[in-house]
Amino acid sequence: MNVNRFLKTIFLTEFFLAIFKAIREIFRPKKTINYPFEKGQISPRYRGEHALRRYPNGEERCIACKLCEAVCPAQAITIESEEREDGSRKTTRYDIDMLKCIYCGLCQESCPVDAIVQGPNFEFATETREELYYNKEKLLDNGDRWESVLAKNLKTDKIYK
Amino acid sequence: MDYLITLISEIYKILFLVIPILISVAMIVWLDRRVWGLVQKRRGPNVVGPFGLFQTLADALKYIFKEIIIPASANKTIFILAPIITMTLALVAWAVIPLSETLVLSDINVGILYLFAISSLGVYGIIMGGWASNSKYPFLGAIRSAAQMVSYEVSIGIIIINVLLCVGSLNLSDIVMAQKNLWYVIPLFPMFVVFFISALAETNRPPFDLPEAEAELVAGYQTEYSGMMYAMFWLGEYANILLMCAMGSILFLGGWLPPLDIYPLNIVPAPFWMIFKILFLFFLFAIIKAIVPRYRYDQLMRLGWKVFLPFSLVYVVLTAGFLLYFDKLPKGSF
Repeated sequence: MNVNRFLKTIFLTEFFLAIFKAIREIFRPKKTINYPFEKGQISPRYRGEHALRRYPNGEERCIACKLCEAVCPAQAITIESEEREDGSRKTTRYDIDMLKCIYCGLCQESCPVDAIVQGPNFEFATETREELYYNKEKLLDNGDRWESVLAKNLKTDKIYK
Repeated sequence: MDYLITLISEIYKILFLVIPILISVAMIVWLDRRVWGLVQKRRGPNVVGPFGLFQTLADALKYIFKEIIIPASANKTIFILAPIITMTLALVAWAVIPLSETLVLSDINVGILYLFAISSLGVYGIIMGGWASNSKYPFLGAIRSAAQMVSYEVSIGIIIINVLLCVGSLNLSDIVMAQKNLWYVIPLFPMFVVFFISALAETNRPPFDLPEAEAELVAGYQTEYSGMMYAMFWLGEYANILLMCAMGSILFLGGWLPPLDIYPLNIVPAPFWMIFKILFLFFLFAIIKAIVPRYRYDQLMRLGWKVFLPFSLVYVVLTAGFLLYFDKLPKGSF
């Protein structure tokens, strides 16, 4: 063992340096955020909780083309449809099993009328499994609640599509 | 009747000691996690209570309500006994720790010997837990832990001899009072370093946390434990760490004595100095957890037997020779 290294070992030089460095780190700004109280930025393309959107006049956008049902790799979407009195085709049932869903975003991409979208919300944990079997009502409700953000995100992202 | 009154007053005194220790253990766990987080540029627990101080109490509450799972093939009696022994031994040792000249539960004349004996027994809780789990990882963890604690106890024993040579008494209060003029950390600095590192190994703290090396052994001897039994292991572990810090401050940092016997320092009540020193040592423990990688097992054993043991033995000879040559041996005790 050479002398320099021996002296370093005896006097614990590097050890004390490390402690000082660690103490200095304590007072440096932190890299993590204070999660439930402050949240990180989310991209407009973020694929979070699903929502079914409506037109500004209140009519639901979905035309029951079932493209999303067909494209869904996890087969999480179930759609049933029938013709309404006014002749338009609308869904009678639109279920998403959020436990099967892999959040790939293909449903949103396949939708010709921007009806089914994935919003920025990722905090929808529940206490039971049943609450995660979303039906049409829940999805439309989500759409109403998040509409302003959803519309803005779609607009921001439009130029890249 | 007299007997009853004594009994009640003793129980009262014991509770007066045990409850603050349990509370300080909770606080110290918070401090440990917080320092660890801050060094790694995280925030650490900061939600429950002011600065997250009550995080450990919330955790403890969680443990109380969790189910205790006992593996079917485990030896039930020993499995249940192990965490109880660990915690009891960790708390029992505090009986002789003096917080000031008068503030000590039992001021016995073989205090340091008692401490040493109790901390040696601590390994039984771990071996029993590991063996009774009847599973691979706990068993390996327990074996590692036993070997590690036995190895480092030897060097701690010899380090204590160094201090005892200078004091000439096994009474902890005498050991503190003998440091009135000069803390032993100055003449015995190398021994303080060796003691500190051995204390890390003795309490299974990083970088010597091989018994619970989570990457290899899941959680070592604690793998099969859950709920309150796990919490008891964890309480015992931290109470032991605090005990080692207290031992370090009594043996080397002058216990409850102020650093200098001058005006602004000596009006601070004695227990505060003791607590401050314990906290300082614990802060070092916590920082070290954050900055060092884990030792390999053979390196750990080499450090214990080939470096610390001969080094502390040589230092005993040096101390004894120095004291004898300059005629500084403590008078009247030997």
